Amino acid sequence: MILQLAASPADLMAARMQMALSLGWHIVVACLGVGMPAVTLLAEWRGHRTGDVHYRLLARRWARALGVLFAVGAVSGTILSFEMGLLWPGLMGVYGELIGLPFSLEGIAFFIEAIFLGVYLYAWDRLPPRAHLLSGLPIVLAGVASAFFVVSANAWMQRPSGFAVEGGRVVDARPWEAMFNPATPALTVHMILAAFMVSGFLMAGVYAVAMLRGRRDRYHRLGLLLPLTVAAIVTPVQIGVGDWAAHRVADNQPVKLAAMEGVFTTARAVPLHLGGIAVDGELRYALEIPYGLSLLAHWNPNAKIIGLDATPPADWPPVNIVHWAFQIMVGLGLALLLLSIWLALAWRRRRDLPRSRWFLRGTAASGVAAVAALEAGWVVTEVGRQPWIAFGVLRTAQAVNPVPGLVYGFALVTAVYVVLTVATVYVLRRLARDVPVPVAPQEPDVTGFKVV
Amino acid sequence: MSLAEILLVVLWVGLTAYVLFAGADFGGGVWDLLAGGAEAGRRQRTLVEHSIGPVWEANHVWLIFVIVLMWTGIPPVFAAVASTLYIPFTLVALGIIGRGAAFAFRKVTTRLWQQRLFGATFAFSSVVTPFFLGTAAGAIASGRVPPGIAKGDLVRSWTNPTSLAAGALAVGTAAYLAAVYLTRDAQRAGQQDLVDAFRRRALICGVVVGALSAIGLLVLWADAPALFTELTSGRALPLLVLSVVAGLASLVLLWRRAYVAVRVTAALAVTGLLWGWGVGQYPTLLPGLTLAQAAATDAVLAASLGSLAVGAILLIPSLWWLYATFQRDKTAS
Ligand code: HDD
Ligand code: HEM
Ligand code: HEM
Repeated sequence: MILQLAASPADLMAARMQMALSLGWHIVVACLGVGMPAVTLLAEWRGHRTGDVHYRLLARRWARALGVLFAVGAVSGTILSFEMGLLWPGLMGVYGELIGLPFSLEGIAFFIEAIFLGVYLYAWDRLPPRAHLLSGLPIVLAGVASAFFVVSANAWMQRPSGFAVEGGRVVDARPWEAMFNPATPALTVHMILAAFMVSGFLMAGVYAVAMLRGRRDRYHRLGLLLPLTVAAIVTPVQIGVGDWAAHRVADNQPVKLAAMEGVFTTARAVPLHLGGIAVDGELRYALEIPYGLSLLAHWNPNAKIIGLDATPPADWPPVNIVHWAFQIMVGLGLALLLLSIWLALAWRRRRDLPRSRWFLRGTAASGVAAVAALEAGWVVTEVGRQPWIAFGVLRTAQAVNPVPGLVYGFALVTAVYVVLTVATVYVLRRLARDVPVPVAPQEPDVTGFKVV
Repeated sequence: MSLAEILLVVLWVGLTAYVLFAGADFGGGVWDLLAGGAEAGRRQRTLVEHSIGPVWEANHVWLIFVIVLMWTGIPPVFAAVASTLYIPFTLVALGIIGRGAAFAFRKVTTRLWQQRLFGATFAFSSVVTPFFLGTAAGAIASGRVPPGIAKGDLVRSWTNPTSLAAGALAVGTAAYLAAVYLTRDAQRAGQQDLVDAFRRRALICGVVVGALSAIGLLVLWADAPALFTELTSGRALPLLVLSVVAGLASLVLLWRRAYVAVRVTAALAVTGLLWGWGVGQYPTLLPGLTLAQAAATDAVLAASLGSLAVGAILLIPSLWWLYATFQRDKTAS
């Protein structure tokens, strides 16, 4: 017989790291699954409108990579649904039904995605161009919808709503209210925009690297310009939405905002802290911008900011991790904004890309930067929610599976993910190299490029 | 019917679809493993790849559907099953990753050593994954997963006789379904030698699966007498009979080369077994936990079932279009 033990601290840590690893991995592929079909369709549509073979070859090449990414996204997502139960039965056994509705809807979205992906990829040369283009639209819509659904489930964990509990069981569940909880709007919009930024900057980055290596033909320039334009349009909006998200955090989870900003004492006219390290209950070595935080969070230089002191220290999230993750996200977001403005200015002046090599270098790095901002944002959201798994309702330590040996499971999963990462990167690179891009594509080069 | 019962039926339909469709995809991997050397087995592997390529992702979604419906509709059962069966389910999850990724990778790589490496991963995890899924089913069927979080034995819950028999049966069933489906696919592709090869395998495999089922019943008799009684004399008996009859009919049809009809009977044989288990165990989901006790609130059940109904309105025409597109292609070329 197994005695009923509580999980050891090492096992709890292993479970959290395993969840973070598999979500942090999945989210990158999932973002490409949301954003890449849209950019691919855009290229295909331009190709038909203008008859430019370069666009049409780009669309085919991107579609082929999509096939691989979707498969990897599907399996890495499946692991997640197992892990919700394997690692957090205490959450799912009681509250599973409250996040069940968005996940059921997500299931429908996945079906639609898989069906139309089958048509879009496998029937590339069998459908008339218009019908083929239209067959791609449901993929985009379903991808955006599934991002909405899954993040609304996460929003429920930030702001549990729509239920009452009696004797360890949920009574009086209001599933729609749980799904459209107060944290949902900002979080979901921010996530969906992030998916388009990540896809756009990553795709553009690939062509920026090629151009730095001297391949400056029209094919590579369009491959850079199209995704980068999408990302550059989204970026300023994303920063506005990020600000909205921060306001919602101030309402829903003041302790998280305090950790993000490193505010230990509740006060008025609070400055904005840049950098700094939290030691012994104060933030040291930070650059202070007077009134900054009060202004940003409440549009009022004298507004009161609730500090960490309003919450018992046992309920604080790890301040340094949350504070730094937030700074990294915002810093990278602003850097990406600069890159977008640079592109916009050059385009207005000369209808061309900026000439500087630094622009190409910046674009090459932008994909990595967007992914880093994405991961940092999730660290803010999830680590900032600690020690709660459902904020204010259930602690992470109470939700974890009490079986011994989660550490070994984590080690095994990590090993598999290392191999998966290496293999994915390797295969995607081979995919790009095995069939070289013709220097000046002709119609037969395009039609001869098989998608699947 | 109460909402909870409707949900359970929908869940079981999803499970059946997963076993019939994705099960055959797993079986394809089993035959991939047994196809022989790289050169000798190339055509068989191409046939397998061709058959499951466009559909495996959609087939795979059924599993996600089942998992999500479990935590939505019967959350305490999901928590109990996932926590007690932590080990086999972790291995299943890893098997699924290895299999899906390797399959996609093999399709786009060109070098032999790469195809061998990814192919071996794909084939190996195709055998391991259904085995562990089967052991988990055996654990539930033999009442070894008590309600509550991690209340069952972490190891013996899925290494007992019923689990091992169910694991073997799962692998056998997957291989059998795949052989049956592939026979017809080879026929449509006009590859007569492969038709014969897969027909022979389907016949052998059918006999083996029949024997495994008989052994499984004996094991149940010794190990899980309650379920055995239900299956052999209770409400579940007609389903068991259906399964046996359909299984025997499949062998006859295979022998007589009726490759389309045998698809139906083979599927019926498997369906009968699954629903026999479900009906035999109903309404007890886990020892001492009935459906009424485990079910989520009616508000949640109504919202989820309603959404699924609306979703079906979107999905059915989409699926129709998917098949129509490829059907038209067949007639055109
Ligand atoms: C490309 C990615 C990206 C960029 C450039 C930004 N964010 Fe972000 N942020 C995310 C990607 C992201 C995310 C997708 O990782 C998160 C995690 C959860 C979510 O919905 O979005 C997130 C969460 C997140 C949260 C936490 C919400 C919560 O816990 O409830 C806040 C307050 C912000 N962001 C604020 C900002 C601000 C002020 C930005 C301005 C520069 C910004 N983000 C840029
Ligand atoms: C809607 C989607 C999501 C759900 C349902 C979800 C759920 C969870 C759960 C159950 C945990 C474990 C409990 C905990 O430690 O708090 C967790 C932790 C975590 N998740 Fe999320 N998560 C989601 C999205 C994400 C994404 C996309 C990321 C991407 C990086 C992420 C990053 C993390 C991290 C870093 C942790 C560990 C927290 C810690 O170390 O304390 N989450 N999440
Ligand atoms: C915020 C985080 C997440 C986002 C934006 C997201 C989005 C997506 C998208 C767009 C896909 C399909 C695209 C592709 O396969 O490449 C996908 C696949 C999947 N996701 Fe996630 N996901 C997130 C987190 C989760 C979580 C927490 C779960 C688990 C409960 C999950 C479960 C799945 C599953 C099962 C699939 C495979 C479905 C298929 O066959 O396509 N995802 N995800």
